[in-house]
Amino acid sequence: MAIWLDETSKILVQGITGSEGRKHTARMLRAGSVIVGGTNPKKAGTEVEGVPVFATVAETIEKTGANVSVVYVPPAGTKAAVIEAIDTGIPLVVVITEGVPVHDTTDFWAYAQSKGNTTRIIGPNCPGIISPGKSNAGIIPADITPPGRIGLVSKSGTLTYQMMYELRDFGFSTAVGIGGDPVIGTTHIDALDAFQADDGTDAIVMIGEIGGDAEERAAAYIEAHITKPVVGYVAGFTAPEGKTMGHAGAIVSGSSGTAQAKKEALEKAGVRVGKTPSETARLMADVMRSF
Amino acid sequence: MDLFEYQAKKLFADHGVPVPSGKVATTPDEARAIATDLGGRVVVKAQVKTGGRGKAGGVKVADGPADATTKAAAILGMDIKGHTVHSVLVEQASDIAEEYYASFLLDRANRTFLAMCSREGGMEIEEVAATKPEALARIPIDPLTGVDATVARQIAVAAKLPQAALDGATELLVKLWDVFVRSDATLVEVNPLILTADGRVLALDGKVSLDENASFRHPDHTGFVDVAAVDPLEQRAKEKNLNYVKLSGQVGIIGNGAGLVMSTLDVVTYAGEEFGGQRPANFLDIGGGASAQVMADGLSIILSDPEVKSVFVNIFGGITACDAVANGIVQALEIVGDVTTPLVVRLDGNNADEGRRILTEANLDVVRPVDTMDGAAKLAAQLAAAAA
Repeated sequence: MAIWLDETSKILVQGITGSEGRKHTARMLRAGSVIVGGTNPKKAGTEVEGVPVFATVAETIEKTGANVSVVYVPPAGTKAAVIEAIDTGIPLVVVITEGVPVHDTTDFWAYAQSKGNTTRIIGPNCPGIISPGKSNAGIIPADITPPGRIGLVSKSGTLTYQMMYELRDFGFSTAVGIGGDPVIGTTHIDALDAFQADDGTDAIVMIGEIGGDAEERAAAYIEAHITKPVVGYVAGFTAPEGKTMGHAGAIVSGSSGTAQAKKEALEKAGVRVGKTPSETARLMADVMRSF
Repeated sequence: MDLFEYQAKKLFADHGVPVPSGKVATTPDEARAIATDLGGRVVVKAQVKTGGRGKAGGVKVADGPADATTKAAAILGMDIKGHTVHSVLVEQASDIAEEYYASFLLDRANRTFLAMCSREGGMEIEEVAATKPEALARIPIDPLTGVDATVARQIAVAAKLPQAALDGATELLVKLWDVFVRSDATLVEVNPLILTADGRVLALDGKVSLDENASFRHPDHTGFVDVAAVDPLEQRAKEKNLNYVKLSGQVGIIGNGAGLVMSTLDVVTYAGEEFGGQRPANFLDIGGGASAQVMADGLSIILSDPEVKSVFVNIFGGITACDAVANGIVQALEIVGDVTTPLVVRLDGNNADEGRRILTEANLDVVRPVDTMDGAAKLAAQLAAAAA
């Protein structure tokens, strides 16, 4: 089993004819993902990597039965692309694009809510989601880890890869990169909830970073609802106040958003928190060996 | 990007939010000229991006041009909480009857926008929120419908603004929302929002934060950048499209991915504790690609920092394999030339063995390959301490 993405997923790529869309379509195909179509209104009727290009998301779904969209459309067009996907009622939209204005994200999130919240949005500014051996939607390298029974949810791309690599002997059910922007669709809590319900997942790694209070909320949620073991890591203990650390959302303002506060909240909820990525991986390895 | 008060008020005025007349001055003589043009009493206000300037003596009323010159001379050059005052806003003094508070901001936790408004203005809003939470109205704003006159009046009423201020506040809030949306702001704050003795509602102060992700649709906002305050190395990095933040340590850091680099700063700080408190000198995320040219650009910026005694290159090979990164490092060292600072390199992930082989065979004196992130951090801190 896995969460949100598996071998039955039929992926469409919005922005398939751009350089990023083209490159990652090829990579996703090599990883064994089923990619049924892509969109570009001006290039409908052509093909990219053997994948047919359609004019709209609605047409792609009608002709192919696509049920996942991966968005590589540049920031200026991201909001319109996500809204187009939401309008079709597609169950999952993975927004890879980096640098989306936060007003646009807030708008398309509100739009999704107004349409009954039937479309799960992952991202923006995220590496996507992979269920190793089943399907890959986004830019996560597919060959880091085989399938297994660890679930992972993370704000950071490369830390996700690092953790998958260090725990490759155990393997992963699904790894979800939720992105480091101030406003995101899918949260740590959504993923924790899905992993809790997934009988293919035994334990969960949660990676957070400075900024906002998502980790503190996740800690409260874990305490109340999650019975599977959770191991955590938080990046940015030594980040100075008021400086954005790469991700638009990664900023400590005053006493809010510090890594220390997040670590304390998680530990209070019974989550073992590693001091470094490697120590976190060792903690999870101990958990997996205990089953 | 946070704006100065005078810049915020320029945006306000552009969108029809009423503000007192005024102009910014960088010398006492300019302040005198502005005060002469305005006539009557003026207020001279230090332009710094921090709170509490009033208490620090950075805001003074002047009764005419001569007095404005003296007050400006006293305020310019002042240090307010570590911020040097380089300019003052000289504006018409207002006859204040009452002071309120109003803002629109991004409510990150609830993934929406929020209006905050209070009859208690002029003091720190955090203090109002802590001591008199009932006096601070918080109204979620639907991003899809925004703030029209009806919503604006609801906000003003919820904040218990008096009848005399309701019409003026409603009008001002609609325009302030316009500033918030059209400028892609994450915060627009007016504190105090005032009711004048003659019944007008004005923004007496202004605080605005803009979303830099939206700068592609606001070419005019580049004029707001405070060039004097930008670190020269950060400026150079920006020109090369590198994500670099200057810090104050001795170990230069290059990595790929924001989370991994943040994590690297932590691991280096922990390792540095064993070696007399060596700390990271910077944050630098070279992104997924990590080509030779990007590596060279990053390395040359880090090596121009005189504090840097060692460099830690921390790469997880994902989309770009480690052999390509290793070749990039070898070529980058050729491009930069004459590098004597030791470079501790940790390559992991895709094709890591091949990457390490390339580095070993290149036989470069300055490059020290290490297998693990923790081990590499330790060596980088040790080398920095030895060079100090």
